[in-house]
Amino acid sequence: MPNLNRIRAIAGKEVYHILRDSRTLAIVILMPILQLIIFGYAMNMELQNVPLAISDLAHNHASRRIIQAFEQSGYFRIIPVAVEDFVPEELFRQRKAQATLSIPRDCGEERTQMLLKVDASDPNTAQLIQNYALGILGGGAKSGLLDLRPFILYNPDLKSSFFFVPGLIAMILVMICALLTSISISREKEMGTMEQILVSPVSALEILLGKVIPYILLGLLDAFLILGVGMLLFKVPFAGSFVVFLGFSFLYVLCALCLGLLVSTIAKTQQAAMMMALGITLLPTLLLSGYLFPIPSMPAVLQKITLIIPARYYLVIIRGIMLKGNSVAELYQAGLSLIVMTIVMLIVAVKRFKLRLI
Amino acid sequence: MIKTEELTRKFGDFIAVDHLNLQIVRGEIFGFLGANGAGKTTTIRMLCGLLMPSSGRIWVNNLDVAKEGEKVKKSIGYMSQRFSLYQDLKAKENLEFYAGVYATPRAEAWENTLPLLEQFGLKESLNMRTAELPMGYKQRLSLVCALVHNPPLVILDEPTSGVDPQARREFWQVINQLAFAGKTVLVSTHFMDEAEYCHRVIIMQAGKEVALGPPRELKQRFEVQNMQELFMKVAGGINAKLK
Repeated sequence: MPNLNRIRAIAGKEVYHILRDSRTLAIVILMPILQLIIFGYAMNMELQNVPLAISDLAHNHASRRIIQAFEQSGYFRIIPVAVEDFVPEELFRQRKAQATLSIPRDCGEERTQMLLKVDASDPNTAQLIQNYALGILGGGAKSGLLDLRPFILYNPDLKSSFFFVPGLIAMILVMICALLTSISISREKEMGTMEQILVSPVSALEILLGKVIPYILLGLLDAFLILGVGMLLFKVPFAGSFVVFLGFSFLYVLCALCLGLLVSTIAKTQQAAMMMALGITLLPTLLLSGYLFPIPSMPAVLQKITLIIPARYYLVIIRGIMLKGNSVAELYQAGLSLIVMTIVMLIVAVKRFKLRLI
Repeated sequence: MIKTEELTRKFGDFIAVDHLNLQIVRGEIFGFLGANGAGKTTTIRMLCGLLMPSSGRIWVNNLDVAKEGEKVKKSIGYMSQRFSLYQDLKAKENLEFYAGVYATPRAEAWENTLPLLEQFGLKESLNMRTAELPMGYKQRLSLVCALVHNPPLVILDEPTSGVDPQARREFWQVINQLAFAGKTVLVSTHFMDEAEYCHRVIIMQAGKEVALGPPRELKQRFEVQNMQELFMKVAGGINAKLK
């Protein structure tokens, strides 16, 4: 049976370390905010001010409405081009425009055909431009031919911040939590203080629990910090309940901290622990959690691998809570998966944790 | 108090401790002498359960260390060669932490350590960060932390390295008091003058025992004036043989 006094002694000492070590506090407070800002602005997938050249041969009420719709959308910036210079390929080559729109003389009549040309040297951007343009033409101009009515749930403007902020919470949390516990244990190994703990009658479980408990609070603090900054800077909505968010974030933080424990049973130095913790959290979370790439479109082998990525489950949870207002009833399965992973990792860490030096 | 039987530890091909048989009785100050790499620290680490022996057995208080590790650990106070208190904790917090991991109630822990803290002049520095303490005081604090649970067996691995002569004398005074109070003290050192304070010493060379007995008896047997000469004679002798 783990002895509560011993766990409390280890956890209490850890709190002193946290409060007195400016580096830990920097990791916990500054790192997530910086990451959120850097990732947030770098991963912005919205287009703004796409240079668009328009050749308007109609010059009537209908064509002016179309041009106005493009201008007011905010996605496009209309660049003035003289009629004789309107050669789309040339404009693309000189990077003067990324898209061109030709409005024919008969605009506003029964069958209007317009030509949209898009510079697809960057296919993703091209796809976005096309979608935006179709959206504007379909919704705003009602041109008859391009009667497109997109119907998008949860994120009607397709704002990418709605998509990346929840993902970033998942990624930053797992990274920082895994770092915290793995560094805190490997530091003791490096400083020689672990030797002094190991000669005492503490068990592996007591050491590991004492190490995890103080960091749960820090992890949750981080969860709210990132959420708060995300809502403030990127205007993400929060449809669900904070209590549900707190409960599931607790499970996720615990899972990530146990991942850090597991790392610390392998890494011998702080540096190795740091590299390993970042290595197994950063890229897998980015690529295999369903954050950037949808899991159903992955090869079968990779789909299996995603099952052991904690962020995969948390992403379902956090997107559900923030965007759909999900409650426990819809999320308990993902929560259970996190609990199972946590227990397995804790057991493996306790088994692997050596109460001896070599 | 301690008994080892053919205690051996190998690291790959290197034999750090080679078939060591020891018997140490209660209240004894037992010294481990030897050059660096002679196997002192490895032996000590096996005695307090930090290292598994490759072969051989150890009993502490008639308990088999391999089987009843936790009980044995409770009865040992250990001070490692490397200074290993938390530098960012106050002296007092370090003491309370070790009381905690040995599950010793606070009041009892203070009772165990207060006289010693006063004797060491540490009582006034309890609220100082450990990092700010002078080296000598850090060593003293390490010793006090090792005694926080009032263990019957105290194992000190080179406790006086890096400490000035005055502080070393004080340290040995305390070691004597501990033995007088009935504790068994195991201490390793490479200061030969300190060996004179031990009731019995073992001189180790390449993991093997080369001399074992009370300092006075050893000096007579090997016909030398002091421990320094004895050490040169027995340890140097083996070297000569190896050549």
